[in-house]
Amino acid sequence: MLPLIGIAVLVVGFAARLNPLPVIVAAALASGLLAGMAPLAVIAHLGKAFNDSRYVTLAFIAVPVIGLLERYGLQARARTRIAQLSMATTGRLLILYLALRQITCALGLLALGGPVQMVRPVLAPMAEGAAQVRWGVLPEPLVRLIRAHAAATDNVGQMFGEDIFIALASILLIKGVLHQEGVDVAPLQLSIWAVPSAIAAFLIHGARLARLDKRLERLAAAAIVKGEEPRDA
Amino acid sequence: MIGVGVVYALAGLMFAAFAVLTLRDPANPKRYRRSAFWALLGLSFLAGDRLGDVGDGVVVLGLAGLAAFGGLGLGRPQTTTAAERVEGARRWGDRLFWLALIIPAVALAGTLGFKALHVGSSPLVDPKQTSVIALALGVVVALAVAMLMLRPPLAAPLQEGRRLADLVGWALVLPQMLAALGAVFALAGVGASVGHVVSAVLPSNSPAAAVIAYTLGMAGFTLIMGNAFAAFPVMTAGVGMPLIVHKFGGDPAIMAALGMLSGFCGTLLTPMAANFNIVPTTLLELPDRWAVIKAQAPTAVLMLIVNTALMYALVFHL
Repeated sequence: MLPLIGIAVLVVGFAARLNPLPVIVAAALASGLLAGMAPLAVIAHLGKAFNDSRYVTLAFIAVPVIGLLERYGLQARARTRIAQLSMATTGRLLILYLALRQITCALGLLALGGPVQMVRPVLAPMAEGAAQVRWGVLPEPLVRLIRAHAAATDNVGQMFGEDIFIALASILLIKGVLHQEGVDVAPLQLSIWAVPSAIAAFLIHGARLARLDKRLERLAAAAIVKGEEPRDA
Repeated sequence: MIGVGVVYALAGLMFAAFAVLTLRDPANPKRYRRSAFWALLGLSFLAGDRLGDVGDGVVVLGLAGLAAFGGLGLGRPQTTTAAERVEGARRWGDRLFWLALIIPAVALAGTLGFKALHVGSSPLVDPKQTSVIALALGVVVALAVAMLMLRPPLAAPLQEGRRLADLVGWALVLPQMLAALGAVFALAGVGASVGHVVSAVLPSNSPAAAVIAYTLGMAGFTLIMGNAFAAFPVMTAGVGMPLIVHKFGGDPAIMAALGMLSGFCGTLLTPMAANFNIVPTTLLELPDRWAVIKAQAPTAVLMLIVNTALMYALVFHL
């Protein structure tokens, strides 16, 4: 039971709003030491695992390209493009993106979305632009709410789309674990059972996004009445 | 054969360049710490395989130490003004979108097409790493086309990349750090301990209770570990297989598929899933670290209920 102390360290560290990196090191040390490892061995294990996990950080090699496109107005273009569509609202735009994200992930095209490649440069500016068309310059809390929902929709779409694709890491992991337990399943048997949840996720999150439009309307009206300091466009 | 080492070297050179440019940026009062942070990360990507395990561990301690005390400051690379960007958007129009789409398009084409490329009898690209190498190729191609078309100053991609990377800051290595922690937890037997606790407190005479314990356990364990992949083997071996499948005769494929999706509900709720929940808050300049989680929480909780209900309805009857 002693290694569980590492989890307690993590929870306390996060609750105390400490910087997560040293908290993680402390949690690794606590669990490793209490499991009977030598201090240097824990550090070596941590170092090896960090080195073996470098692929996790590789998504960031796209930042020079995304930054360069931002320099030439990618976000501004996204905002004006959406303003040309009179039907567009923040909620409707995000519902459409949710559907596209689920479908493309179900086809295995995970790299089309994500916070670095899509949410910051394109999706969030579009979602803001759709709201700006309606209410002009937006107060800061509204901007933050819209951005958070853009990131959330990208996540929900990926989580409840990707497991329909049969060649994905999580499907292969499930197959591997079940094989160890003496059960052999075909990937298609697994991915087919992700479909009902994908539909439910679209309905639930889509309904919430439709309500987001109403909420934004209320907030924008309240902000105009209060005369809140507008944010620079 | 082209392996993942080339991609790591590319990333390492990028971080090393960030370190050099940061050092020459007087706008950041903490430029030495920030520069050291990028330099250590660059070292890890360039030479991580040659540093040895303890050496890599020292790099981890260094990154954590630099992030811990006093912060890293924010650089101010030369970039365009808001007005210049509006002008740029007018001039370049939708071509900016097409440039952005080069990355995923090449990544997809590479993932599918690399298999066909051979030098003699051996594959040109390491078949186990195609998607990562294809992504890097997409970045290189997109960068080349963008440089030719937009004609920015030569250092612009690195300066603009540094602008974004500084914004993300220490959160950039958070997902990798948590993955490393997961590995240490596994070695220390944390997963097995959690499995013991869950099966000890579980009422084992009702199929409904077994399903609820499994889905809630997947979500809860994922909440702690930040990754449903860490929760799945433990919960499946500890609760799913012995109770749902063996004792109550449930279907293992349905159980596993919906169990993993229950874990994803946990992913949407935890700061430990940093790449989904923390990195976007830094990239979108949201001061509340929980902003994205708050936006997701109702969906996640409702989906956990849906997955549990679906499992109960389907797993024993099909």
